[in-house]
Amino acid sequence: MNIGIIFIVGILCSCGVFLMLRRSAVRVLLGMMVLSNGINLAIFAAAGVTPAVPPIIPMNEKTLSPLAAEPLSQALILTAIVIGFGLFSYMMALLIRTCEARETDDLDTMTEELQ
Amino acid sequence: MIFLSVAPLLIPLAGAALLLTLPRTTRVQGAVAILVSLSHCLVAALLLKEVQVHGITVTQIGSWAFPFGIGMIIDQFAALMIGVTALVGLTTILYSLGSISEDLVKRRYYALLQFLLAGVCGAFLAGDLFNLFVWFEVLLMASFVLLTLGNTGAQFEAGIKYLTINFFASALFLAGAGLAFSELGTLSMVGLGAALSAGPASSASLFIMALLLVAFAVKAGVFPVYSWLPASYHTPPAAISAIFAGLLTKVGIFALYRAATLIFPSYHYILAPICLIVGLLTMITGVLGAVAQMNIKKVLSFHIISQIGYMVLALGFWSVNALAAGIFYLIHDIIVKTNLFFLAGIAERLCGTDRLAAMGGLYKRAPYLSLLFLVPALSLSGVPPLSGFFAKFTLVSVALEQSFFLSAGIALAVGILTLFSMTKIWNEAFWKEAPPEVRSPPSLKGLRWMIAASLLLACGTVLIGIYPRYLWEASLSAAEQMFNPTLYWVAAQGESAATVSTP
Repeated sequence: MNIGIIFIVGILCSCGVFLMLRRSAVRVLLGMMVLSNGINLAIFAAAGVTPAVPPIIPMNEKTLSPLAAEPLSQALILTAIVIGFGLFSYMMALLIRTCEARETDDLDTMTEELQ
Repeated sequence: MIFLSVAPLLIPLAGAALLLTLPRTTRVQGAVAILVSLSHCLVAALLLKEVQVHGITVTQIGSWAFPFGIGMIIDQFAALMIGVTALVGLTTILYSLGSISEDLVKRRYYALLQFLLAGVCGAFLAGDLFNLFVWFEVLLMASFVLLTLGNTGAQFEAGIKYLTINFFASALFLAGAGLAFSELGTLSMVGLGAALSAGPASSASLFIMALLLVAFAVKAGVFPVYSWLPASYHTPPAAISAIFAGLLTKVGIFALYRAATLIFPSYHYILAPICLIVGLLTMITGVLGAVAQMNIKKVLSFHIISQIGYMVLALGFWSVNALAAGIFYLIHDIIVKTNLFFLAGIAERLCGTDRLAAMGGLYKRAPYLSLLFLVPALSLSGVPPLSGFFAKFTLVSVALEQSFFLSAGIALAVGILTLFSMTKIWNEAFWKEAPPEVRSPPSLKGLRWMIAASLLLACGTVLIGIYPRYLWEASLSAAEQMFNPTLYWVAAQGESAATVSTP
């Protein structure tokens, strides 16, 4: 199962970078979202993807079962998702205002020198 | 001590929250912002004193034992950086009183500024990789909004560039932090350093190092990933440009220094040569980039890059003295660069433009102001007896001691080219006759606040220049601490807020 996730991470990250290199500002934003999901998934996969063992220490034991996935990484991803969400909302608002002000979403013709 | 160790972070944060609730007039917001910043300065001064007595302190938030808790590291380096941040914050608010329009104050300019300062101080205190990432995001978010607060097309365009590249760097940083945790089992920088020095270099840890270093390099504006900086820093009002120029790239350098000495000291044989080459290239490309520019703020933006090169170069020499020289350089550059942007803003106000070709006659109109400009300008290029002279002198003498003759030569040559650039600004804006086209007489309202802020920083530059001893000794003790990761290890191991004296 991990191999599958690793391939998905690769596909998401390469799609994200490809989109970020486009001239259209909207595609850049989409690329950022895809890339950030790819990286979150990478951290998720690195923490271990295991079936059906919750990360809870049983009553009589002192340590977590080695089969369980690392819960802290998932907490990190959660934080990263929230931060990313804020960032994307701001970027989206910024894009709308920029496209209004410059009347284009083409990053090459958007520059000040051409206006 | 626990309160004192998080106060530099809590004061601006609480100040920002308070400012959000108050009426949106310059009088109220400015007065409260100044009070907040004064208490920030006070706490920073107490912290500097405390650090000299107690050495390194690692406060575990919520009293979770190491390595589970989120540690806040306070050492000499962090205390120095917080001190200079508080000072720059205070002067920027003074400057803003005279230069920021009522319109921006209505959009909560002062609250955003305090959020920015909270993010910067948080990054300086973070002892945990993920915590560092979060504070980076806090300061970036505040800077995104500040950058585009003026609502002009140029600012939006700059905002897109700035946001996209910083997002990409943050993504690399996040990947590095997440993989470091999965690979090494901890996020605390002390713990990561110990785990990395215990085993042989693995390809996974090298990959993590590459991710983190590239992320910090983008944020610091290092060659070849600096082009976002001159594309965005000239668009916001001078007060915002000044605090960005002074502080933001320096947080990247701070993270680079921290990561190099605390997490990756066992890999210094790979790290130091890279820093050496990249630092030299940054210095050269930055200073040459400035030659082609004819906009005062763009010239200064390229000089940010070239000065960053010196600090990266210091890491490349990899010795206690070199790092101390780098820290000294860092502090000196924050003060000088902020002041140069302040003065560029004043010159822009007086001439009504920031294009050098259309400026002129400032020496005739405001001779004392022109002398004030000379203080940071000459300091930046390293003319004695100003702070830049001592910063360059220590760095070059370390280079000569360690037989890096080529680097020493390049450092001196870049200094001369910097002087050339400053002469260009001097000639165009101050010396030459004002261009004949008639301008409406500039508004002098609030100018005294702007000059007061600039004067304060100029005094700092002169003071460091004629009496460099205090700052040099503090930098040296900071560098000695950083080259001894065991001290951090011991401090982190202690009780929830144990203090360990430096031997």
